[in-house]
Amino acid sequence: MSPDRPSEHPLFELERSMRTGEHARETAPEPAVGSSNGNRLSGPLADPSAEAGYSEQHPDRMGFFTDTSVCIGCKACEVACKEWNLLEEDGLELTGMSYDNTTDLGATTWRHVAFVEQRIDLSTRARVDIGMPGMGPPETATEEVAGSEVRWLMSSDVCKHCTHAACLDVCPTGALIRSEYGTVVVQDDVCNGCGYCVPACPYGVIDIHPENGGAFKCTLCQDRLGSGMTPACATACPTESIQYGPLDQLRERAEQRLEQLHEQGITEARLYGQDPTDGVGGDGAFFLLLDEPEVYGLPPDPVVTTRDLPAMACYALAAAATAAVTIASCFLGGRR
Amino acid sequence: MTGNEPAGATGAGAAEEADGERATFRSYYGRPIIKEPTWKVPDVPAYLYLGGMAGASSVMGALAQLRGYSRLRRVGLLCVAGGSGASVLALIHDLGRPLRFLNMLRVFKPTSPLSVGSWILAPFSALSGAAAVFEFTEVARPLGNAAAWCAALLAPAMTTYTAVLLADTAVPGWHETRRELPFVFAFSSVSAAGSLGTMLAPRAEAGPARRMALVGSLGELVASRVLEHRAGRIAEVYRSGRAGSTLRAARIMATGCAVGAVFARRGTSAAILAGLCGTAASIATRYGVFEAGRESARDPYYTVVPQREARQVEE
Repeated sequence: MSPDRPSEHPLFELERSMRTGEHARETAPEPAVGSSNGNRLSGPLADPSAEAGYSEQHPDRMGFFTDTSVCIGCKACEVACKEWNLLEEDGLELTGMSYDNTTDLGATTWRHVAFVEQRIDLSTRARVDIGMPGMGPPETATEEVAGSEVRWLMSSDVCKHCTHAACLDVCPTGALIRSEYGTVVVQDDVCNGCGYCVPACPYGVIDIHPENGGAFKCTLCQDRLGSGMTPACATACPTESIQYGPLDQLRERAEQRLEQLHEQGITEARLYGQDPTDGVGGDGAFFLLLDEPEVYGLPPDPVVTTRDLPAMACYALAAAATAAVTIASCFLGGRR
Repeated sequence: MTGNEPAGATGAGAAEEADGERATFRSYYGRPIIKEPTWKVPDVPAYLYLGGMAGASSVMGALAQLRGYSRLRRVGLLCVAGGSGASVLALIHDLGRPLRFLNMLRVFKPTSPLSVGSWILAPFSALSGAAAVFEFTEVARPLGNAAAWCAALLAPAMTTYTAVLLADTAVPGWHETRRELPFVFAFSSVSAAGSLGTMLAPRAEAGPARRMALVGSLGELVASRVLEHRAGRIAEVYRSGRAGSTLRAARIMATGCAVGAVFARRGTSAAILAGLCGTAASIATRYGVFEAGRESARDPYYTVVPQREARQVEE
């Protein structure tokens, strides 16, 4: 924490309470377990850890709030993640996608910084069409467009640790579990590499390691949390773009930050994944974005497909019965 | 693909009014949003076909016994044992860590179609394997019979659980077709079992199998048509590219199977034609569906635009 920050600032208060753990538990209650769907496969869920069977003494649900408006694209989070989690180098190629040569999350990449270059009109804050700013002669590279500026969006992506995690739901071995911190973790010694979690994830986060065959993704540094440490990426982030803490407090903090940005005229700022009523019951790792989610490679309205499982089971049973009846009817009549 | 443009390039494809949506949807350098399934070819399409074929063959074999078709019953027993055994092997071969296959059975998870499926497939293949061994070694035949009947009770689920397995993913081509997919797989399984029965059982006993091949392949044609009709935008991945040509071939084969089945009573060559066409159609259908899903996962268009539309409908 920077010591020069004015202590009366509300964010400072919040942060101090988060670090000392003196926050009150009686924050605004979330909607009760169960949802309009009438099952526990989707919808708001106040306490995923309790739902998974942890006792009442389990720790708060922890998460990340990634405020992309202060991300400087340094990739310290990517490096810190790789170092702490001993993830091997997975290719040194130039992609031509601005400064992003990591391309996406995967089995050996658990933090990924996206880079998007765009020009916006300063008065309307709408995007102005330009080609890729490139290596051309100075007059094209720095061409002034009246009333507009080039904006560089940078965002550090990570596993969302969904309230209703599709990867966890579909895992047939029980390798994917809900931790006491409300996060979603793979037990590598149980995973048999069936790969079902890979297409199940609506965010395209988890992947199979091509060499050892198991599924891997962010653990929220499970091995640091137990001793009260902050995950490696959040520790390394120099601008506090990646903020770690109890999820309910992060949500509060995000609302304040959003309000602040809107007051400053950054009207395009929006939160992504903080809403417990969304298709995955809200994310444990959520974001403040400055453009539509898909611009950062995020799905605009992800859904945990297990939501539809009861209906799909009905269709399958109906179809199975159809098959049985069809075969039986073929045995009616004589030997023709 | 216009999605390849960096975010912000909206005007680029505006000229083409016809697919304006494809031109204006935004993405991150055109990269996929969800991960393409890591499931391998031919392992997983084979697993889908073999399991379904074995399921329908099991019902066919049991009913053949009931109606006194002893040779058709034996063909059924063979197809079930071979199909389910090979299906298990295909599944194990596809695992990233095949030696840990038994971890599938360390828990039963109703939220995982693969867990439920494993708990259907494991007893089904064990029972039908035992039934075949007892039958053909002529040891303890009543025991084999009981095993075959127990397997037949699980068998209908064998024909459709794999459809839920695919549909319960974020892959748009599979999730959006979740209502129709089980019916496509069910009829495709009936056709597959009927085809093998038509081809392998003596003509005098193959009547029910011929009817299964006929009804199954017609059902497969209709169900696939309904799927494409109701799939909306996602139907594109079922009509174009490798999936499209595979599924077109499947339709031709299914038609061939139906025609062959009609004439199979009169000649062996028609029976063999029906059998080969029906088998090829069923395999091609599974592979086509698999490939369509993979294509829909690769293209961010199918993730972004339907989700945006769904949200607009809600609001």
